[in-house]
Amino acid sequence: MDKFDIRSPGLRKYRVAGVVGLALWWLVYRSLAPFAAWFAYSLCGLTKGTHLGATVEFFVFESPKVLMLLALVVFGVGIVRSFFTPERTRRILSGRSESAGNVLAALLGIVTPFCSCSAVPLFIGFVTTGVPLGVTFSFLVSSPMVNEVALVLLFGLFGWKVAAIYLGTGLAIAILSGWVIGRLRMEKHVEDWVFQTHVGDAGPEAEPDWPARIRLGLDAVKDIVGRVWLYVLIGIGVGAGIHGYVPENFMASIMGKGAWWSVPLAVLIGVPMYSNAAGIIPVVQALLGKGAALGTVLAFMMAVIALSLPEAIILRKVLKPRLLAVFFGVVAIGIMAVGYLFNAMM
Amino acid sequence: MRKIQILGTGCPKCSTLMANAEAAVKAAGIEATVEKVDQIADIMRMGVMSTPALAVDGVVKSAGKVLSAADIKKFLA
Repeated sequence: MDKFDIRSPGLRKYRVAGVVGLALWWLVYRSLAPFAAWFAYSLCGLTKGTHLGATVEFFVFESPKVLMLLALVVFGVGIVRSFFTPERTRRILSGRSESAGNVLAALLGIVTPFCSCSAVPLFIGFVTTGVPLGVTFSFLVSSPMVNEVALVLLFGLFGWKVAAIYLGTGLAIAILSGWVIGRLRMEKHVEDWVFQTHVGDAGPEAEPDWPARIRLGLDAVKDIVGRVWLYVLIGIGVGAGIHGYVPENFMASIMGKGAWWSVPLAVLIGVPMYSNAAGIIPVVQALLGKGAALGTVLAFMMAVIALSLPEAIILRKVLKPRLLAVFFGVVAIGIMAVGYLFNAMM
Repeated sequence: MRKIQILGTGCPKCSTLMANAEAAVKAAGIEATVEKVDQIADIMRMGVMSTPALAVDGVVKSAGKVLSAADIKKFLA
């Protein structure tokens, strides 16, 4: 049992490395703001208050900040996810009643490792072993929507309030749309072969020990940060340009509160976009400063992240067209409701 | 003769795992076949929900991860 307990003496070096690493991370993180100011105004000799000065300072401050936050959070999430597997989640959800099952599925969607390329086997594995259809959809909505990359970017660029709102409303949409799909009794709109599939038992997988969990966390950092860093930099670069050069209130007429059609339009544009959330969020953040409304911006981001064309094509293998359309329709309506709600409140 | 199976419906991660498995067989210096299982019905029959997965002699050893060649070699010992 020793090597599974983080307090065991054999794991001392990991604890020491963790504390030292975190302290170093914090020191560097705290020095980013003064460094960016020094870089822009002393090293490059730019004048404070100019467009170019503001743009350079913004870029030099925001890009390492977001990448550092991303690395830390992805590492933490990687460790947490080593405690969850799709198999374990399925066992927890199997035979659950709806309502409570929808809530649980939406929460497990955050911590269960899941890649959209496994959506088909996961869907079959869930629905053939007693996870209700609506509960399965709550999982399928929350898993991509509430993801760590989106949350980190929202936290880093908008602050914790917007990140918390996104988390809360994202979970609510996952819970409610799964519940609605369950109420609609659409089991017969699942492709017939799905329920005829024989699902075997893979047997228990070996539980990873702590060194393995830490390695999983580091692998996640390498994989995810390696995949998105370029988009983040391009996004922040474009965002920095907008901050410095686009006139105030430029976006107010297009994405402002006054334009009622902006929420559905944002969702319509957002759905076919895919996986560039990392690059889109910084741009959108800059637009918010130019008069775009928060609800519209949230709706756009959710549509980009949660619904995508490739996902529809993958899910079409297991869902008949009507259920697929209902799934996208219900989630899109949920996202629009969130958009209008925040435009009305703020 | 050992049998290694790579389960997955053709995502890029599956090809990486396939290459790592072949490297592991070479490094271990054993006789083994490495084959792809890409039909969803076959993958489900083996009880796998997250791909890519790896099975040795019909027993699933790992799911949803791209194992390194060194990791795979441990399963061949």
